[in-house]
Amino acid sequence: MANNIIIVIIVTSLATYLSRFLGVISAEKIKETSKMFRWFNCLAYSTLAALIARMIIFPSGSLNEVDYFIRFIVVFLAVIIFYLTRKNLVYPTLFSGIILSLFNFYL
Amino acid sequence: MIDTKYFFKGFKSIKGVGSPAIALAASFVAIGALLKSLGFTVGESIFSTFLTYALPGSLVMAESMLIGASLINIFLAVWLVNARLYPMTVALMPLLIHENQPKWKYYLSCHFIAVSSWLIMKDNYEVIEKENRIDFWIGIGTATWSVAILATVVGFIASDFLNKDTLIGLAIINPIYFTCMMLSAMKTIQISLSVTLGAIIGPMFYFLSPEWCILFGGFFAGTIAFLIGEKNGK
Repeated sequence: MANNIIIVIIVTSLATYLSRFLGVISAEKIKETSKMFRWFNCLAYSTLAALIARMIIFPSGSLNEVDYFIRFIVVFLAVIIFYLTRKNLVYPTLFSGIILSLFNFYL
Repeated sequence: MIDTKYFFKGFKSIKGVGSPAIALAASFVAIGALLKSLGFTVGESIFSTFLTYALPGSLVMAESMLIGASLINIFLAVWLVNARLYPMTVALMPLLIHENQPKWKYYLSCHFIAVSSWLIMKDNYEVIEKENRIDFWIGIGTATWSVAILATVVGFIASDFLNKDTLIGLAIINPIYFTCMMLSAMKTIQISLSVTLGAIIGPMFYFLSPEWCILFGGFFAGTIAFLIGEKNGK
């Protein structure tokens, strides 16, 4: 380990806080009724959607070891459970974690 | 200073059927275990989640440390992967800013901006009067942040008992939570298009550049959604 852990943590947190900090500075000049605000709102949602799609389609880490097909089935079933339970978020999340562990263990 | 009525109202967001606690805990348990395997102490792991509180950033930090990257490279890699926090902050703060509230609250509480807290706030801000939204937000942020820190400790302690199958199960929980939250946020043309196009165009850009695909894909998808929405009455 070349770097001191505490310094690495501080560098990571500064790099993360930078975007949040610049965001507040910009936000002070933007009205919530403006076109600029609506554009940033779209950018925020689309960037998040891209992030989530990437987490599922091209995951880094342990999810990578699970077949595409199984990942998609689990996401599909979890979304169905989400709507069947009237948008309860506890059931689909718990279900997906348990079912994927079992799938991976038995398949 | 902080209106406790609204603070606790926000804090309670981790209870109930819409709770992000399970999803947040699942991913930070995995982070705790990962940091332990990298040689962090429990104190350093807590310090990391306490100060950063953004999952992809912590993952990149871990990967960079493994390959022995320099501090400047770690800074750039983390900044790039967490740059999505910029549009998220700009899309949230104008809803919370009120002339009667001191500025320090905004600069301090922007630390709480992460996907789950952001989605909860976006889902609930309309029911709170504008002047009190920042205190409500600080409540949400404190609650989700506390869950993340506690889960990091649990993951660190439990890491010896977490086998590969369990870690895979933990890894899917967060994307599932986010997917469901995004689906329920699709209430206008602009947001529905942003989410749909982002989920399609983002991964397409992966073939051009894995590092930049989220920002490029998000930028194109969001701009197209904005333009179409503006033409069709949002």
